[in-house]
Amino acid sequence: MEYYEMVKNPDAVSLGNIPDTDYNTFYKQTVDLLKRKENHCLNYFVSNSGNRLRFFILIANDDKHSVLIYSHSPENDIKRLKSISAECYQMHIFEREIHEDLGIEFTGHPWLKPVRYSSDRFDQSSKMSGYLFYSIDSEEVHEVGVGPIHAGVIEPGHFRFICHGENVLHLEIQLGYQHRGIGKLFAEKNNLLQQSVLSETIAGDTSVGHALAYSQLAEAFAEVNPVSNLKKERAVALELERIAVHIGDTAALCADVGYQIGQVACEALRTMVINTTQDWCGNRFGKGLIRPGGTNFPLSKEMIEVIEKRLDEVNLRFHHVTDLVYNNSGIISRFENIGALSLTQALMSGATGMAARSTGLCRDIRWSHPFQSFGILHYKPAILDSGDVYARGMIRKLEFELSLAIIRKLLLDMAGSDLSTSVRPDYNMKLRPETLGVSIVEGWRGEICHSSITGKDGKTALYKIKDPSLHNWLMLALAVRGQEISDFPLCNKSFNLSYCGHDL
Amino acid sequence: MSGEYKVLKDHGKQFVPNLRTQPVSAIFRGRPVISDSLTNNEIRQVSELCPSGAIDSKTGSIDLGKCVFCNECALMLPGKIRFENDYRISVNRREDLVIRPGQEGHVRLDETLIRKDVRKLFRKALKLRQVSAGGDNSCEMELNAAGNVNFDMGRYGIEFVASPRHADGIVITGPVTENMAEALDICYKAVPSPKIIILVGTDAISGGLFTGSPAVNRWFINNHDIDLYVPGNPAHPLTFINGVMDLLGIK
Repeated sequence: MEYYEMVKNPDAVSLGNIPDTDYNTFYKQTVDLLKRKENHCLNYFVSNSGNRLRFFILIANDDKHSVLIYSHSPENDIKRLKSISAECYQMHIFEREIHEDLGIEFTGHPWLKPVRYSSDRFDQSSKMSGYLFYSIDSEEVHEVGVGPIHAGVIEPGHFRFICHGENVLHLEIQLGYQHRGIGKLFAEKNNLLQQSVLSETIAGDTSVGHALAYSQLAEAFAEVNPVSNLKKERAVALELERIAVHIGDTAALCADVGYQIGQVACEALRTMVINTTQDWCGNRFGKGLIRPGGTNFPLSKEMIEVIEKRLDEVNLRFHHVTDLVYNNSGIISRFENIGALSLTQALMSGATGMAARSTGLCRDIRWSHPFQSFGILHYKPAILDSGDVYARGMIRKLEFELSLAIIRKLLLDMAGSDLSTSVRPDYNMKLRPETLGVSIVEGWRGEICHSSITGKDGKTALYKIKDPSLHNWLMLALAVRGQEISDFPLCNKSFNLSYCGHDL
Repeated sequence: MSGEYKVLKDHGKQFVPNLRTQPVSAIFRGRPVISDSLTNNEIRQVSELCPSGAIDSKTGSIDLGKCVFCNECALMLPGKIRFENDYRISVNRREDLVIRPGQEGHVRLDETLIRKDVRKLFRKALKLRQVSAGGDNSCEMELNAAGNVNFDMGRYGIEFVASPRHADGIVITGPVTENMAEALDICYKAVPSPKIIILVGTDAISGGLFTGSPAVNRWFINNHDIDLYVPGNPAHPLTFINGVMDLLGIK
């Protein structure tokens, strides 16, 4: 096997130390690795350094807690490559991305469907409005188109259902409406404060998760190791974000089955959690809280007490609500066996986060590739296996409890430590030149992977972001197959995926 | 039934009784106050630091339409720049988002710019269609929160509706992506006249950090009159509700 094995998360490696193979070796090695259940692809992308294309692949190994990195560099005018997706379906989205941006045909790929109509796509003549959706020529089926603008106050995307009566035969999801060109802006800005603020808007509902992925990546490039309390604070912030969203999602699930008491009680609890984040850093979404090198909002003894006290109350009240929700046979009958997915489907989709863990697939970066304080926590993820709306709802309740335990443990440790050691952020860190960095964070949706390559001058030349939604949108499309179309909103809420995180 | 009683008892009264004066965290970043004793050197330093180009390099004023409320300028010049927790920062004239050194006191809407029919027709019921056009979902979530059990803007007849045909105006979030430009225009045209346009969040007001990105298309914003600017990153629900109340003339 020819790869560089990265054992830390985050970490950075000189480009020269990454084995570069021919495509046949690359292909065979990738297929061999991805056939093993402990491996999955974190990212696959192309760096274009003017006269040379280099395709990097990052494969996470859960057994060894490492990331395997290698590359291939075909001729610059390469037109086609043999598709890996044909053998390992989880690669489908990465090959589609590369196809869209560079025009390379992946022979044998099942469907080279456009990903997001990026502004620098290869085929500029292709237009979003001209996209031809998959259709079935039959008088017995009808199509339902929804979006890009949806009924509620949410982000845009288009859903095209092919239905037979009330049943969904096929759902095609077309995204890209949210494409802001954010990846390119990282390379243009070359200023750590600007990049840091930008990372918070990759998906604003995951500001802490993405800002953490960015900040720890910058630190890996600068070979800076954050002080112990900073690592703890960051983990607390990340878990607070998770708790807030999980409660909010429980509200949304209740709303979609017409259970108003559960909805409003959870909405009010989410408000309590995000207002706690606001009391800590001045912003309900934690914007400004996570910065490279240090923090502008070190936790004080008083703030630690506020968080502990608030969460005690939230915990008590959330238990009262979930006791009601998950003991109500009317609700359970609307959750069970709805939108069910199998472990095989999750593996094939490259599913991450709750979407994977609810099908029995143990994917959790906090457990497999511990970052910040997670190494000392001996954290074990909650796993359910029914793969339906019930599992995706219940896993939020279980994760709420796990996150609460993490926060309490870390705050207790911090309360007994010297809190005066905090350092301010450093926006002048020097990044190692000609280096590839990898940073993975388990955000509330799942695996966030940021990778970046620096040029000779130590400036960001390429910034590749992967939000967990990139994989999980396919899970949603599969979940509604064979379901009644009226169950779509419920299935959709049970995933709560990001549009802007996908569209970038 | 006892379980439901417990939840209702926990829940208690959640609604914010007075949306005009509801206190928020002391460190919430709303309206900035800038000292008029900034030296040229200090102005140069903070304007170079500002990640979104919101600080004027000559005058030292802060444009809330560009500001991402990161607080870095206040940390660089403590005592000279500070962010108050005043969330009533919505305006109806773009220039009024620029806060000058020495400027104290609340920002207010210019009453003379408010169209008569807006007040007459929408004072008791304002239905809005929200369009996210590259928004990062934080502004969208705050707009949803504006109608939740805490903020409950529905008490004034203000609410979001599904169809533009039922709406009296649109609320835009995000810098307006090229891929959403057409859908936004179609949606706006589907709203019956008279109609209003509200921009929510820094990205919508100025393009924010996405200014100049080839994936962004500002044509719609640059070619329509805007009735209300609601700054923030994201805009706080109280900033939005208070702005709309001011626009409608609700005391």
